Formats: sequence, C-alpha cells, structure tokens
Amino acid sequence: MITIIAEVGYYEPWWIQLLKALVIFAVVFQLVPVVLLAERKVLGRFQHRYGPNRVGPFGALQPMADIGKLLFKQQFRPTGSIGWMFALAPVIVMVTASATLALVPFSDTVDIFGTQVGLYGIDPSIGVLYAFMFGGMATYGVVLGGWSSGGKYAFLGSMRAAAQLISYEISQALALVGVVMMAGSLSLTEIVHAQEGPGDLWYVIPQFVGFVIFLVAGFAETNRPPFDLPEADAELVQGYITEYGGGRFAAYFAAEYLEIIVVSALTVTFFLGGWNVPFVDPPTWVDPIVVILKTLALVFLFFWVRATLPRLRYDQLMSLGWKVFLPLATLNALVTAILVVAF
Amino acid sequence: MPYDLGPDVIEVVRAPKGGPVRGTYRAFGETLRGLKTTLARWNEGTHTYQYPEEKTPVYPRFRGRHKLHRFEDTGLEKCVGCSLCAAACPADCIRVVAAENAPDNRVSAGERYAAVYEINLSRCIFCGYCEVACPFDAITMGHDYEMSDYNRSDLIFTKEMLLAEPLERTPLRSAGE
Repeated sequence: MITIIAEVGYYEPWWIQLLKALVIFAVVFQLVPVVLLAERKVLGRFQHRYGPNRVGPFGALQPMADIGKLLFKQQFRPTGSIGWMFALAPVIVMVTASATLALVPFSDTVDIFGTQVGLYGIDPSIGVLYAFMFGGMATYGVVLGGWSSGGKYAFLGSMRAAAQLISYEISQALALVGVVMMAGSLSLTEIVHAQEGPGDLWYVIPQFVGFVIFLVAGFAETNRPPFDLPEADAELVQGYITEYGGGRFAAYFAAEYLEIIVVSALTVTFFLGGWNVPFVDPPTWVDPIVVILKTLALVFLFFWVRATLPRLRYDQLMSLGWKVFLPLATLNALVTAILVVAF
Repeated sequence: MPYDLGPDVIEVVRAPKGGPVRGTYRAFGETLRGLKTTLARWNEGTHTYQYPEEKTPVYPRFRGRHKLHRFEDTGLEKCVGCSLCAAACPADCIRVVAAENAPDNRVSAGERYAAVYEINLSRCIFCGYCEVACPFDAITMGHDYEMSDYNRSDLIFTKEMLLAEPLERTPLRSAGE
C-alpha cells in the first residue's frame, strides 16, 4: 500500500516527506530573524544610522531579544473582542505563510544516498492555484484579526486590508497567467524547468510587465510599504494588529516576514529562474543556496522600497490596483496568449 | 472666474498631465529615480554618535549641571552665602543658609559662607540666572548633563556634590572593546 501525504510528481516514502517538511520549515524559519535584523540594519544605513548594534556582536542577537521580550509578555485581550477568533487569526496568518512555503522548489529531484528526494515540500500539478489559495486565506487572518479585536482602528485596518488584498490578488494572479501559458504548466518545478534551457530566457525578460505587476502586488499582499495601509501607523495606530501584544503579536510579526520571504521565493521561482544560474551549470548542492541568495536579494528590494516610497493614499491604492494593474495584467495575459499561439 | 481678481493673481503653471502611457512611464521612472536616491545614501556612512561611548560635544556656553568654585590659590570657597542666586531663581530650587566665618575656621573668602547650599535639580530649569546673579562667580553652569537618578531625593545636590568634580559616569563598554 502506498501512503501519499503530498503530491510530489513521483513516489516518495512518507518519512521523507515529513523529514523534508521539517527541514524546509526549519531552514526558512531561521531566515526570519535574519531578515528581521537585516531590515532594521539596512533601513538604518539608508537613513544614515547604524540600526541595532548593542545586543550581541553587531546587534546580531537583537531579534532574539525582541522575540524573547514578546513571548514573556502577558497575553492581553480586550473585553470587546471575540475570544476564539482573536486567538485564531494569528494562527491563520502563520499557517498560510508556512503552507505557501511548501511550494517553493529549492532544487529538482536529487539523489541523496540512493533515495530520490525532491527539494521542495510539495509539487502539485496545480501549484500556482495552491499558492493563490493560501494567499487568499492569509487575508482572513488579517481581516478576522482586526475585526475580532473590537477596536475602531483595528476594524478600519482590517477593512482596508480586505479591500486592498482582494483587489491586488486579482492583478497578481492575472500577471502570472502569462508565465503559466509560456511554461505550459501550473507546477512550480515545471515552470523553473521551462526557464532552464540555453534557449529559454528567465521569465523576467519576456514577462517583464508580469514581473513588475506580480512584485508590486506582492508588496500589497504582504502589507509592506508603500502598501501598508492596513497597519498605517501614522493614522491607524497599528491597524489590524493594534490590540495584539505578546506572543500573538510576535506571530503576526513573524508571519509578515515569512510572507516576505515566501513572496520573494515565489517571484524567484516564477520569474528569476529558480535554482538556475545563467551560463554556468553548478552542481546540485548549490541549487538551494542559489534560491536562497536570489530570495534574499529580492527581500533587500522590499527594504529598499520601504526606505524610498511614501505610503499611498487610499484612493491612489485603489485606482492603481483597478485602473492600472488590472487592465495591464489582462493585456499582458492577452498578448502573451496571442504570441504563444502564434509562435 | 466669478469676479476680477486683479493683475496680481496669475494662474499657476502646471506641467502637462500626459496620457496613461506617459503617466505610467513617469511613475515608473520616478520610482527608479527615488530608489537611486535612497541607495546613494548608503555610501555616505552614518551620522550618529554612539552615545554612552561617544558623547555629543557641548558648546562652551552650554548650561548643564551647576558647579560651585573655590579660589585656586587659597582653596577657600568663592560663595559668601549672599542668597542672590536663590532670589534670582525662577524655579525656587536653591536653598542657602549662611553662617559667619570664624577666624580659626575660614570657609570662604568673605565675612560669611554658605553653611547649607542645596540645589534641587529635579526643579531646576537650567536658565542660568543664578550664574548671572552671583557677584563672585561662585556658581557657574557646567557641562555635565547626565543627571538621571532613581530617587527624587538623590537629585537634591548638596554643597559638597556641587563643589566636587562632575561624576565620571560608568560607560557600558570601555573604549576599544
């Protein structure tokens, strides 16, 4: 009898699937504090200052100190909140972020001590849809969290999040249609393979419009500046996380950075050739490192944009999403479809 | 226009709006220009002081914690206990109790000396009027500004504390570490 836990495109024993799920989550979750620190350091450099440099060598233990502080805080809940939903919302955000992580292919199927192991959590034939399903579910975490808090600012933040995330999700999905059509597959490993050959360009070049839309919509999906309206700290205190503190706030915080990593990794997979390096064919063990380095480069772009662009006004956000990105993404998909059929 | 605004009022000249293509190009180009601007800041290094180790230099006329002075040659206190500083103090934070100098125990150069001289630094507004009021330059404002403490009563500085050199604050890390 064959026990199938997850679809990976070939037979794989269940214990390997469990093991690699643990390893991938552990490795990428280690990146969260690194990214946390890197953001503060990088942002500091952009603003002529050092960033955290007191705790540990070069401030390296600052995220640990922050996490430790948050975890030892009281689990506070406002009286007007809806208890179980208030507790559930950070869990949803965390789960959806980690679930999307399972898709990211760090390498193809590799031979480890005679066992075939695909260096990805799962590779379903509907990979792209899976990513967007969990992307859409992450909206629930934000919206429910803000709504169940029972506060005005949290409610406003969650309303903004609902409008923003939904409108940008459409453009994001449409931007990817071009990639899917060119690769001829929804599976993420197949999409990377389609960018592999010497004649195949990375999709960032033929699908440049799609790349830009996907990335900008990714900024909006992760609530990063300049699209941080749901938590706009200047006007809404902290938006949907206003009433959160302690461990639940830490969960939201970690999930936000995990989402940044995941969105960057997905962009790498879809547009930047996944584990491929141009002109050279490195050994297989380099592949995960290549993916992580590319991902971190994109994460740096997130910080860079945060240091550069001011927050959009709400109507600007909406008109950008619906009047610019949606027609552009549709046009992009249409033109790609015509070209794919024609050639 | 509903009525004539006169020749001084002119219409503001605005850049042409441009179509959607031009607008998109402009938004994209300006975004890239902004990104370039922020990245250029990276090479300029940091403009910060690492506070406990490095301190911001203060100006010579900076009004920090008060100091009481002695004559350098005789070692006698300059303060003669006249209480003019206490009278000048708008925050009423100086308390002076004067006493007569005895021939066998001279404390100050004048007839009298300050037996008690206290400044409540939790009330002081660092205006420097005491310094101006003093006829003998016995009290001046120093450059010491690290005066936080855990108890209010510890902020009442006595004459001995004001006469002493400013406390050397223990740095969190010694130099070179």
